[in-house]
Amino acid sequence: MPFWACVAGTLMIACERRNTAMPEHFGYGRPATEKEIAAIAIAIHPDGKGLPAGSGTVQNGALIYAAKCAACHGATGVEGPYNILVAPDTVDAPPFDKAPKRIKAIGNYWPYATTIFDYVRRAMPFNAPGSLSDNEVYSVTAWLLYANKLIGANAVMNAKTLPAVVMPARKYYVTDSRKGGDGPYE
Amino acid sequence: MTRRRLLLGGAATAAVVLVKSSFGKMVQTGIPEAAFDPTRQVGPLPGVLGTRSPFEHPQRKPSLTSSQTPLQDLYGMITPSDLHFERHHAGVPAIDPNSYELMIHGMVDKPTVFSLADLKRFPSVSRICFIECSGNFRKPDKENITPQDICGLTSQSEWTGVMLSTLFREVGIHPKATWFLAEGSDAAVMTRSIPVSKGWEDAMIVYAQNGEAIRPQQGYPARLLLPGWEGNTSVKWIRRIELSDGPFMTREETSKYTEPVKDGKIRQFSFTMDARSIITYPAYPAQLQKGWVEIRGLAWSGRGKVQKVEISTDAGKTWNAARLQEPVLDKAHTYFRYLWQWNGDTTAIMSRAIDETGYVQPALQELFAARGLGTGYHLNPVTAWLIKRDGQVVYSPEKWK
Repeated sequence: MPFWACVAGTLMIACERRNTAMPEHFGYGRPATEKEIAAIAIAIHPDGKGLPAGSGTVQNGALIYAAKCAACHGATGVEGPYNILVAPDTVDAPPFDKAPKRIKAIGNYWPYATTIFDYVRRAMPFNAPGSLSDNEVYSVTAWLLYANKLIGANAVMNAKTLPAVVMPARKYYVTDSRKGGDGPYE
Repeated sequence: MTRRRLLLGGAATAAVVLVKSSFGKMVQTGIPEAAFDPTRQVGPLPGVLGTRSPFEHPQRKPSLTSSQTPLQDLYGMITPSDLHFERHHAGVPAIDPNSYELMIHGMVDKPTVFSLADLKRFPSVSRICFIECSGNFRKPDKENITPQDICGLTSQSEWTGVMLSTLFREVGIHPKATWFLAEGSDAAVMTRSIPVSKGWEDAMIVYAQNGEAIRPQQGYPARLLLPGWEGNTSVKWIRRIELSDGPFMTREETSKYTEPVKDGKIRQFSFTMDARSIITYPAYPAQLQKGWVEIRGLAWSGRGKVQKVEISTDAGKTWNAARLQEPVLDKAHTYFRYLWQWNGDTTAIMSRAIDETGYVQPALQELFAARGLGTGYHLNPVTAWLIKRDGQVVYSPEKWK
């Protein structure tokens, strides 16, 4: 090895040694402003945190649904062709693990009503996501909850009433407990 | 023969070849039958991009919501980037890397916005791991389906980016933050809630795939990568991470990506992909001849390394260990091989993966017995290929629910 390469190699090793400890902060990036955060942080928590002002009714929701949702989800939410949204929970329905063909929809499978608002606002209608006003999203949410027999025809959905809607499927949810290993399959 | 004649093409063509036109553009052209001798014709000169041989046509199989990797056409552990499976919920967004930003906020000391250039300045890490969709299963309903049809929603790349733990340290995570929301900037603005512990363990924000910028279909310019976890959680086109003290209960972790289990329960946050394997050769539509056959395939586990792959060539009566191709990596596709002599009798061949936790890949009926009939996601059963007397290899349909 030529002398210069040896010296360079030694120096590099010395440099690496000095730099092995990673700094706590690199100082990259820039602070996010309150305004920036408010503009992008659209997620709704299951307790309703993040829900905007405004409200919606079942009646208005029915009109919006018919105009903007029914083409994909069916006139009453059960016809398709895409995701079926309406399937009220019924006392005598067989449990899902014994009825593989049972339809899973908002009324019998969704554990939180807030998810409807969050999802419709961010992703629907499929051909124009993000185009509905907050009041329109509240209304569509109200109609979907009504069609699934979860609220009455005169109920008004807003930041306070929506998280309070009782969802029958919530009691069935369990967190994954699979661990691998040679125990019984889960 | 002149290049001009090649370009014009002959009457009958036996094959196609790539040539450089007078404009420097690569074009495919027919070769007149019985005329082609590569030792008598100068080929295309060096170009700006490589190409596949015109004789090779590996293709993904697209549906409205996904496209599957042609596992039966591949020979190794890495999936060529353009054959990596796709699954997205509202198409592939077009994102300008110069305006791309990732915001990390919520229960943090310093809410911060990182540009792509910022992300690339941090110490980088590369790792090879698979990404598999938890809906990667095909109902065994007919004989003429391929490995691509059965489990083509798994692919493997070398991913490069910054450890999420590095970014966590940069912004300062509150001790009471237990979950974070990962949000994409596609038209579904897709979201998943992830335990903070996974963020500290091995999560990454990756911007490169197999040595070059990540492809748009895989999350360009940056995505979350959660090794070993169901693909949906590795949120593509990631724009925002919000630290919180609980999960957000998004649509993709309630209405979807949950599965009915015993006693009417619904299992949620089933993140880890259990061990699985599949024989990719011989498999439909292969045609066998009597004699020596090298059985080949892939095995993987979201819980660690593949420890062993066992092969049965007598429909599950006896099992023997396959050879594993090094390197055998953590949470990675592992290529296996097993030399076998087929005597011409009808039989079924199958593989089962055993991972380092001791988990043995189950049969479909064992999964039904454990979970009930309503199960849908996270189905990883042993796949059998039926070899008929004439050497035809077909999928072995099983009783379904």
